[in-house]
Amino acid sequence: MSDKPAAPAPAAGSRASMKKELPEHFKAYKHVWVLVEQERGQVHPVSWELLGEGRKLADQLGVELAGVVMGAAGTGTLEAAAEAFAYGADLVYLVEHETLRDYRNEPYSKAMTDLVNAHKPEILLLGATTLGRDLAGSVATTLLTGLTADCTELAVDADKSLAATRPTFGGSLLCTIYTLNFRPQMATVRPRVMKMPERQEGRTGRVVPFAPDLSEADIVTKLLSFLPDRTSTKNNLAYADVVVAGGLGLQSAENFQLVRRLAATLGAEFGGSRPLVQKGWIPSDRQIGQTGKTIRPKLYIAAGISGAIQHRVGVDGADMIVAINTDPNAPIMDFAHVAIVTDAVRFLPALTDAVARRFSPHTRDRIAG
Amino acid sequence: MHIVVCIKQVPDSAQIRVHPVTNTIMRQGVPSIVNPYDLFSLEEALRLRDELGGTVTVLTMGPPTASESLRKCLTYGSDRAVLLTDRFFAGSDTLATSFALAQAIRKIGETFGAPDIVFAGKQTIDGDTAQVGPGVAKRLDLLQLTYIQKIVACDPEARTLTVERRAEGGTQTLVTRLPCLVTMLEGVNQVRRGSIHDALRAARAEIVTWSAKDAGIEDVTKCGLRGSPTVVKRVFAPAPRSEKAAAVPVSGKAAADADALIDAILARQPSLEADLTHLAAGI
Ligand SMILES: Cc1cc2nc3c(=O)[nH]c(=O)nc-3n(C[C@H](O)[C@H](O)[C@H](O)COP(=O)(O)OP(=O)(O)OC[C@H]3O[C@@H](n4cnc5c(N)ncnc54)[C@H](O)[C@@H]3O)c2cc1C
Repeated sequence: MSDKPAAPAPAAGSRASMKKELPEHFKAYKHVWVLVEQERGQVHPVSWELLGEGRKLADQLGVELAGVVMGAAGTGTLEAAAEAFAYGADLVYLVEHETLRDYRNEPYSKAMTDLVNAHKPEILLLGATTLGRDLAGSVATTLLTGLTADCTELAVDADKSLAATRPTFGGSLLCTIYTLNFRPQMATVRPRVMKMPERQEGRTGRVVPFAPDLSEADIVTKLLSFLPDRTSTKNNLAYADVVVAGGLGLQSAENFQLVRRLAATLGAEFGGSRPLVQKGWIPSDRQIGQTGKTIRPKLYIAAGISGAIQHRVGVDGADMIVAINTDPNAPIMDFAHVAIVTDAVRFLPALTDAVARRFSPHTRDRIAG
Repeated sequence: MHIVVCIKQVPDSAQIRVHPVTNTIMRQGVPSIVNPYDLFSLEEALRLRDELGGTVTVLTMGPPTASESLRKCLTYGSDRAVLLTDRFFAGSDTLATSFALAQAIRKIGETFGAPDIVFAGKQTIDGDTAQVGPGVAKRLDLLQLTYIQKIVACDPEARTLTVERRAEGGTQTLVTRLPCLVTMLEGVNQVRRGSIHDALRAARAEIVTWSAKDAGIEDVTKCGLRGSPTVVKRVFAPAPRSEKAAAVPVSGKAAADADALIDAILARQPSLEADLTHLAAGI
């Protein structure tokens, strides 16, 4: 999977493509679209986060914000459309068809591609979920346009192009990517990277139905069954109010238990940096960062984590970041709010005790009694 | 069965450093590895071949040194390796990459027999986009199955493939027709070590090396930088917060320091007191 080289390649011939020379037939492309990812009556919250972001882009461009709702009629599509208005959409393209009952690449990518060709958006945003990533790659390839994955920041620049920023390869760097001369400009954003917008009760908009040219007989891939996840096996890391995480500074899997104990005492979720997943200390759904979960807790405590960019982008949305690290110059010190320079292995048990003493009602009652 | 597996040689990310002044990646001395996600797809391809008979061809686009990763895949038991290398490919984004790989797969089909399944990694550890697999599928008009956690059945006679796919909120069981493109989820298998026989064969094997022209690419403007709709305009280090973290003084007594840390947190964000009390009580 080729990504751009981390440094802008200075090759001759790259000059022309760096200039915006939008071909005439793309000038009709207007408005910002967000895929409202709706399955089995459930809308993925990343869709609302993207509508919030899309609203800002649309306002800066002076265009409309549209949600795209796809699914079989009567499976929550109308409810999803109503919610999309409450989260900022001006209009909703409602694409209903029996073949869209469950996500399958063939009907979804055909319907989305046809919709784009019919109504011509300049920007198309999707969540970087399994559905969004599967769909975005197909649609961008069919339309032969640019797609930037896992953006952490979206902006409109002076010449009205979408500036999509994402962490780049390996080091502590970000890069800003443009699709200057093709339309739509496509981007995916991971859940929780953007802030959830305020829901505006009573806000409405226009529903524009779109009849996709689909027929079950033409679709090769068939769904035999769907087994929903048991909610009990899924952790709530992405949506937790308090998260405690550990990194390589903890030195061993046993020491990681200190993180779990503090998390349990706080009633918090626990997580870790990527190397811990690679070492098998924690399961992969506990990884925090660019290739793991993005979190937006009120309080994030990071013990023995250096704060590499891939980790940072997963936690930047936290209201308060607390670092426990032996190195006063670790990169995390640049974005933590409060820090203590100390050995986490010694310090975590003391912090757990102090939390129990000060916040846990049982211990407090015991002390009081 | 003829199975093609697309792989990428990537720098071992654990060992990458950024130059503190120029903000460029220091690649010198960083060892290269086969993108770890690709190995789950490779193992699945080898397993299907062992069960059903046939051959596995590994394919990569990259610099001439990428042949090392192809050779590694031969030691695992792949039958054939194809390297697509040309200066025209430099600076490819995912759209240009999928174009080149799709052309090479067409050429592989003409030369060694049409593939029944094309595998790709779910994503890479350097680009991380997860776009090339779907891109190749679309370019070749192959049915696409991403995030596969299990291949339940493959019937080469009936030309069907049944899989379990990780979807949002659950697991789909899907059946599709061959040929198709599959990307495997990480952690679903462990790539084999390969036999001594494979290692010896790999050491001697000739790697099929194609230029853009060899792969039948006539229009090189669809490749590399020129074939890439995306443009990287700026590479930069993230801004530090205007103020550095407030450091809590350390006394050496862990209990006292813990209290000092909690005090510092609450002084900055008094509303957390209520939140923490609620949470700790399990409300
Ligand atoms: C494409 C890509 C994607 C990535 N995605 C992610 C991702 O999603 N999430 C992620 O986390 N990483 C990710 N990484 C890896 C990332 O670059 C870093 O390598 C990783 O975050 C470092 O983990 P760490 O902080 O635990 O370890 P280290 O960087 O080794 O840091 C350990 C820290 O612990 C401190 N320490 C040591 N001893 C102690 C002690 N006794 N007490 C307290 N502190 C101590 C050290 O000072 C140091 O700061 C990715 C990398 C790449 C290339």
